[in-house]
Parts: sequence; structure tokens; C-alpha cells
Amino acid sequence: MAARVPVPLSDAAPAGGAGRPGEAPAASVRRLTRRFGDRPVLDGLDLTIAPGEFVALLGRSGSGKSTLLRALAGLDDEVEGDIEVDGSVAVAFQEPRLVPWKRVRDNLTLGLDAPGPAARADAALAEVGLTERAGAWPLTLSGGEAQRASLARALVREPRLLLLDEPFSALDALTRITVHRLVLDLWAAHGPAVLLVTHDVDEALALADRVLVLDGGRVAHSWTVTAPRPRHRDHHDLLALRTALLAALGVPPEGTE
Amino acid sequence: MSVAGIETGTAPHAGGAPAVRAAAVGAAVRSAGRRSYRWVSPVAVVLVWQAASGSGLLPARLLAAPSQIAATALDLVRSGTLPTAIAVSLERVLLGFAAGAAAGIVLALVAGLSRAGENAVDPIMQMLRALPFFGLIPLFILWFGIGETPKVLLVALAVSFPLYLNTFSGIRGVDAKLAELARTLRLGRAALVRHIVLPGALPQTLVGLRQSLGVAWLALIVAEQINADAGLGYMINDAREFLRTDVIVVGLLVYSALGLLTDALVRLLERRALGWRREFLSR
Repeated sequence: MAARVPVPLSDAAPAGGAGRPGEAPAASVRRLTRRFGDRPVLDGLDLTIAPGEFVALLGRSGSGKSTLLRALAGLDDEVEGDIEVDGSVAVAFQEPRLVPWKRVRDNLTLGLDAPGPAARADAALAEVGLTERAGAWPLTLSGGEAQRASLARALVREPRLLLLDEPFSALDALTRITVHRLVLDLWAAHGPAVLLVTHDVDEALALADRVLVLDGGRVAHSWTVTAPRPRHRDHHDLLALRTALLAALGVPPEGTE
Repeated sequence: MSVAGIETGTAPHAGGAPAVRAAAVGAAVRSAGRRSYRWVSPVAVVLVWQAASGSGLLPARLLAAPSQIAATALDLVRSGTLPTAIAVSLERVLLGFAAGAAAGIVLALVAGLSRAGENAVDPIMQMLRALPFFGLIPLFILWFGIGETPKVLLVALAVSFPLYLNTFSGIRGVDAKLAELARTLRLGRAALVRHIVLPGALPQTLVGLRQSLGVAWLALIVAEQINADAGLGYMINDAREFLRTDVIVVGLLVYSALGLLTDALVRLLERRALGWRREFLSR
């Protein structure tokens, strides 16, 4: 299919001055293919994520969003192609996946190979506003608290690439808004490149430097979002992008049926 | 403060709240009443039993009177017969339990943590499990004689299966998503086993522990029927020779008390080890 790419990939410089020239990309994927049986879900996909760039990945269900994320996370041993990740990767999953028999602080320090892990964990918990829950069992946390703990566990590793697999989709609308703000703050403070897999167009537009749409096993569309943050939903650039994005996802604009 | 406003706001529920409270109080009273009534029927049974024994309806050679049993229990404790018998039986069950638990858990780890281990261990365990292990007693006597060894081994054998089966399925039942998480956290294999697999299997292992302790006492009772010359089983068999039903009942009561005691110990262990789950459940 003919990919409609209003902004060429090469021009997709991230906002915030994060994409320093000459620096190696945070992640580089070449000719990535993943078949389930005979069906290729990813089919020769190319993707480069600049250091510190916030990328949102959209696509219809079954388009391979999560497959790509799992490949980048090193969880898929059957992908073909090249994946180069510069430095450490951390993942926050859709379900927070806190280890239920470890208290919140111990979840953060699990596998943390750094000096003073407990102090680092406490600092990370303070950042996400969970200081007083450090000694709690994960099963006693609310959905929002658990997701914040999961984010803290990812960030305490100071990753170069942070993978977010629909981490906000199970949260209620109000909690989601506060966690969005938290993610932007954490991103600004720590500066990892982020790949956010989501099915929420507004979420992608509110957070990302670049929005990708996956289709036919490749990155079919790519838009750079230049509107300054914090972004207002009704910003005219975002409204136009929103229509284009929905069209790319197969949802025609309202009133055209 | 708009107290009036609050009152107006809660007016539709005002009639409901005291009613709910009254219902809760009623339930508490009723459950307290239920608790106290629960003693009535066992006490009645003991009283009827005592009356039947006293009137000669229930001869002592079939079943001794409760008062006689209590007196005998006291005598057995004073003479040191009962404490000695308990010590001997307890030692058998502890030795057998320790050996059986170690074997069951080690085999479950071997089978649970690798495919090769599973192929080596699991078919044999499943085959042995199908054997009625009390039927092994004749072979055990031929192999190990009639001393302590066959008794301890019978307990060990009985204990090992519930622990093996539960620990194995506990290990295999550990959430694959947590194993995946461990991969993204760069946990090595040893750390994966220590932090994810073993704690994840623990609840199921504790279920196995309770089952195996129950079956340990059962195996002990059966094993002590084999030519024992000491222990609770010996005391009971000896009493049978002399038609001492009072001693037999004392022995049975001790068996059940020891069973309840070990069960309570496991529950205590569960409460301590599974605190992460308890707080969730009691919310």
C-alpha cells in the first residue's frame, strides 16, 4: 500500500532539543519481520527512535504494536531483522505486573544493579508520589498507585529507552490524566526515549513528539507533533492531526458517512 | 458549618442507617448465640454416653465411660506411659516427615525447574502415586524388618507425594507474565527462581504441607500397628489385648490432638509467609 507520510521520517526531529546530531539513536530497527504461522505481523519494519524522543505507536488491534514493543524489550526470540538498542531498556506493562509478594520498595530494587538501591528506590517513589506506600503490599494499591509504582520501577533503572505498553488503558479517566502529566514530568526529568503503544489517539497527541501508525506490518504513517506542552486538546494543530490519524486508523471523519 | 445542609443531604438515608446498624448488631448477637449453642450437642452426647455407661447399657469392654477415660488419661500421664508413648510416636512422625518433605520438595524442584527434570522425575512419581502405599507394608517388612525403619519410611513416603504434587504444580503455575517481567528486569536464572518462582509456588506448597501432615499422622497410625514395642500405636494395641477401651480412646484423642496441633502450626506459618495475600483478602 502507498504510505501517506506527511512528514518524512528523516525530518522527524524530536522536540525539546533531545535529538542531538551525531548521537547514536536510542533504538534502531531494520527489516524487522515476525511471523505467527504463515502470517507476517511485522513485515520488514524500519524504525529509528532518537535519543530522548517520545514516540507514540498507534494501530488497529492485531497490527503488531505490542509485537514490536516485545521485540524491542527483548521478549521475543523469534523475530527476524536487526534491533539495535543503545543502552538499557525498561518496560512498563499494561497490567502493572508488580511482584505481589514483594513490598513496593522491593519491587523497585528487584534486579536493580546500582549502588544504594534502596535509596534510589525511595527517590523514585517520591517522584511518583508513593513515598508513604513504599512498605505496602502491591495487592493493596489502587490501580493508579500500582501503575505509578510500575513506572517508578522502570525509571529507577535510568533507561535510555522506556517502553510503555498501554500502561494507562486500565485506569479511569481522571487517574489517566494525572498519570499522563506524571509521565511527561518524568520524561522531562530523566530524558529517556519513550515508545508508547496505545490505542488512544488523544493520548498519543497529548504526549508524543512523533505519532506513528502501524499498518501492513510496517510504519505506514508518521506525524511530528510540534505543539508545545502542556497541550490542550482543542489546539488547532492537534484537531487537524486527530482527523488525519483517525482516517489512517480507518475511522472516517464525523458527518461524512 | 452547614449542619442543616448535611442533614438534608442525608435525609433520604437517615432512616436506613440505624436500621442497618440494628441489623448488624442483631447478626453479632445471633452469631454469638450460635457460638454458645454449638457446645450443647457435644456436651449432650458426652452426658448421654456417661449415663449409658453408668446404667450398664454400654459395657466398658465396648466403650469406657467418659469419666473413666479422663481418669485413665490422668493416670497414664502421671505414670509417664503417655508422655513416653507420645515422644516415641512424635519422633517417628518428625523423622518421617522431614525425610519425606525434603524428598518431595527436592524432586518437585528438579521436575519443576527444567523440562529434562520433569521427564526424568514426573513419570516415576505419577506411577508411584498410583500405588496404595499402605499395601507396601508387607514389602517394607521384608526389606527393613519390623524396627523403626519401615515405620519412618512409610511416613516419609506418605508425606512426599502431597508435597511433590503441590510444589510441582505451584512452580508450573507461576504467572508467566511475572517470568517475562523478570526478563525485562534482567534477572538471572538463580534470581528468577529465588524471587519469582519459589515465592510464587509457596502458597501451593503450603497446601501440600497441610495435606502431607494430615497423611503423616494417618501413616503413623497404620505403621504403628506393625509389631511396635513403643509409641502410641503400641499403647493402643497393648490395651486391646486387655480390653482396655479407656486406654484406646485416650490414644485416639492424643492422635487427633496432635493432628490438630500440627495443622494449627501450618496455619500460623501460612499467616506469616503469605502476609502479602492476607492483607489483600481482608480488605
